[in-house]
Amino acid sequence: MSITIGKGIPKVDAKHKVRGDTIYADDYSVPGMLYGKVLRSRYPAARILALRTARAEHLEGVYAVITAKDVPHNELTARFGQSTSVGVQFEGVYRVLADEEVRYFGEPIALVAAESPELAEQACEMIEVEYQPLEGIFDPMTAMEPGVRQVAEKQRNIASHFKIRKGNVEEAFAHADVIVEGTYQVPYQDHAYLEPESGVAWVDEDGTINIRVSSQVIEHFREVAEVLNLPHSRVRYLGTWIGGGFGGKEDITVESFLALLAWKTRRPVKLTYTRAESLLTHSKRHPFFMEYKTGATQDGRIVAVQARLISDAGSYSALSPWVLLYATVNAAGPYHVDNVWVDSYAVMTNTPITSAFRGFGAPQVNFAYESQMDELSRRLGIDPLELRQRNFLRQGDSLDTGWVYDRPVAISEAAEKAWYALGPKPAPANPQVAIGHGLGAGMCSYGRLTFLHDTSRSYIKLELDGSAVIRCGVPDLGGGQGHILCQIAAEELGLAIERIKLYITDSQLTPLAGTTTATRQLYMSGNATLKAARVLRTRMLEKASGMLGVPVEDLEVQPGKVLSKSQPEKSIGLVPLVNRMSTEGEELFVESQFNAPFTSIPANEVIEGQIHPDYTFGAYAVEVEVNRETGALRVPRIVACFDVGKALNPVIVEGQIEGGGIQGFGYALTEDMKIEKGIIQTPSFAEYLIPTAVDVPDLETILLESETGLGPYGAKGIGEPPMVSIAPALTNAIYDAVGVRITSLPATPEKILMGLLRHVEKEGG
Amino acid sequence: MEIQSDVKVKIRVNGTAVSATVQAGDSLLDFLRNQARATDVKCGCNQGDCGTCTVIYDGKAVKSCLVLAAQADGKEVRSLRGLMEDPLMQSLQNAFVECGAVQCGFCTPGMLVASWSLLQENSNPTRGEMRQGISGNLCRCTGYKKIIDAISLAAAQHVVTDGTANLADLADRLDGQAQAKANYLLLGGG
Repeated sequence: MSITIGKGIPKVDAKHKVRGDTIYADDYSVPGMLYGKVLRSRYPAARILALRTARAEHLEGVYAVITAKDVPHNELTARFGQSTSVGVQFEGVYRVLADEEVRYFGEPIALVAAESPELAEQACEMIEVEYQPLEGIFDPMTAMEPGVRQVAEKQRNIASHFKIRKGNVEEAFAHADVIVEGTYQVPYQDHAYLEPESGVAWVDEDGTINIRVSSQVIEHFREVAEVLNLPHSRVRYLGTWIGGGFGGKEDITVESFLALLAWKTRRPVKLTYTRAESLLTHSKRHPFFMEYKTGATQDGRIVAVQARLISDAGSYSALSPWVLLYATVNAAGPYHVDNVWVDSYAVMTNTPITSAFRGFGAPQVNFAYESQMDELSRRLGIDPLELRQRNFLRQGDSLDTGWVYDRPVAISEAAEKAWYALGPKPAPANPQVAIGHGLGAGMCSYGRLTFLHDTSRSYIKLELDGSAVIRCGVPDLGGGQGHILCQIAAEELGLAIERIKLYITDSQLTPLAGTTTATRQLYMSGNATLKAARVLRTRMLEKASGMLGVPVEDLEVQPGKVLSKSQPEKSIGLVPLVNRMSTEGEELFVESQFNAPFTSIPANEVIEGQIHPDYTFGAYAVEVEVNRETGALRVPRIVACFDVGKALNPVIVEGQIEGGGIQGFGYALTEDMKIEKGIIQTPSFAEYLIPTAVDVPDLETILLESETGLGPYGAKGIGEPPMVSIAPALTNAIYDAVGVRITSLPATPEKILMGLLRHVEKEGG
Repeated sequence: MEIQSDVKVKIRVNGTAVSATVQAGDSLLDFLRNQARATDVKCGCNQGDCGTCTVIYDGKAVKSCLVLAAQADGKEVRSLRGLMEDPLMQSLQNAFVECGAVQCGFCTPGMLVASWSLLQENSNPTRGEMRQGISGNLCRCTGYKKIIDAISLAAAQHVVTDGTANLADLADRLDGQAQAKANYLLLGGG
């Protein structure tokens, strides 16, 4: 019988958040604090001929002006807590400040610390930058052409190239009964977390730099220490509760700037980006250009998939190689295909940085392969669900890397449940409206690339009054990453959740738990916490066994006590038990480490074998109403079904699916990031439209619990997977309604209308 | 740079008068966060697009970044913290926690104030009216469903408190978990 597992217990952080008591990064102030500001490039590609800071430096109230020459170590390899060096093919360059050239609009050039934000801004305006504009390269296709200027001086424009070579596609296509081909484009997407990038830094009396910051990766303390040429132990991250991240606070944001300014001025410094600054300059989801070819037999069996994937890696490679790798291994989707050929490229351009975003390469290819499945279903006259069910991956099948997936796969059931939940189409409200149903299925990994050798640690300590402390360096983005550790400890130790004090994200005082990225915290830190709790539980049960004269096997933990299963009158309360343990010198604390499976670094560009620990599978079924006259779209129903392994907290799991689904809805329909010659034209929420409450329906969730995940109690990860599959479900539904195939996102009313007009031209003749 | 000039203001913030010197161009949001230290009022965009800075100003829910601090001289402002003694706000807070309507929490103070204002004006809104009522407040985490569930639940509780409950109407409005919670509360469990 579970005490807390499987229950929708309110999150421990929610109670503070509804009182406005949570101190986010910008809510924090330190006496004597200065304000930082970043001077940014006004060109997407230019040489910096001269940089004159004297006027700014002499402005009263300005305490520091920093340029690249003042940065001890300005350029380094970005790491994300992994201890292994994974090689140039998989690593990105991180440059703190532009030196001789700028590669993107908004690239940081100089930093200022001053007495007020206004003064800091004024000082930035007084820094003279002499640019020699260069012809920018804004399109990855151009950047790939031979002889084109290199975007980055030390890096080829093709930053990464991966291949999948499974079976023999040529032969399989030759024998296929039907072949569908398509070209697909997916756009930038901004994370649009509501909390802009922010932090406060100060230097301690012993010269340790403390950075209180909204970050998904407190392990970046190492990079920041390297930037300043300090020992790693001299930089401390104090992570805050984060006002949304979604991958956008995975790369370093304000931290190096804060550290440099605080180090130079020896004063506390705050730096918070404006919304426009955030939208213009932080990393985005990679646009992909994708060519797909899928071959099948007459009875709907897919025999071959060939794909060419080109991602716009922006001006610094950041996490582009990894994102490309994810896309590559996901390219054939949750299907068993014997013959797969993929060539993928991450290509540098003079455009904004592209890096991590929920789904991490999986949503891009998913849009392409699920559009292909829909095409195939129409060409073959096989129901969309039925066609997929004939091809879904099953336990023991191999993925496109050849890795045999030897775990149960509930994708068929998930797709079926979502599709059937839609039911029959209702009658349209008026004759101008056409109703369509669409299906999208997909997969998404949880846990990091296995060759990164991922680990996490967690610490639990029991107090004499039956309360407890958990310390775990887990950044919490609002997805319950911290809370769930309390639920796990409460389950194992019979603790009351409200009596657990949770400490997160202090890089020196909480055991390092790794990044809150890659849908890994429940899996990694959940398992580390479970491991620690079980060691303590064993100690408790052994002690209780002696005290009660009952064998350990006959004991169970219940809220606040341990009791005999066969003789329930024999029990001991948690408090006397813990006190006895303390008196007799038992250790009331445990720190445990959990290691993910380790594999070796891919030897060359052909990707084979295991790349991720595991995958989460799920599907969306949607109903759309399309106005044939205007192209206007309404989405009355969205049903999602995911195999979550085990919903440790169903309310949190539903929340992840609802939120991820609606973020995917925005990606598919409303979020239209306009960019011209490397400059974003939509730098506000009035122009870049994320869904509002009136744009979306109540997303219906169906949870499958196969209990086959690698996380605690058989849970799978669910942070990123809901971002996958909704976009093609929507565009497939649009096709179902009006016969317009959308091949580039977002599916705006304009695109739908253009498609409708082309029909009219053809038919009207 | 905009021209700055000092303006003296006295604004009642959550029941306490705060006197300060502000710049002519400062927003009420600037004043609230930097001078009144009302950090429960968040700044998500400073352009009136996101709603995280929603407060009750002069009796109405407004985005405080769109009001000039100088303009608010002599006025009354209530943020989330200034509404927490109110039973309706307490119902909303509890419902947000219970229904899982809080993820990162950055939109939450503004969302609670907007929801409170909505229910003040219409104690028995439909789900569609609730969606309209919070459409000026962005949330990037939840997809809004659980926020609407929470407003429904709070509205149900509040109507019950008022003694004007129409249980059949209420049941229609609620779904899923909110429904279960409402049953629990209506049957005397809470």
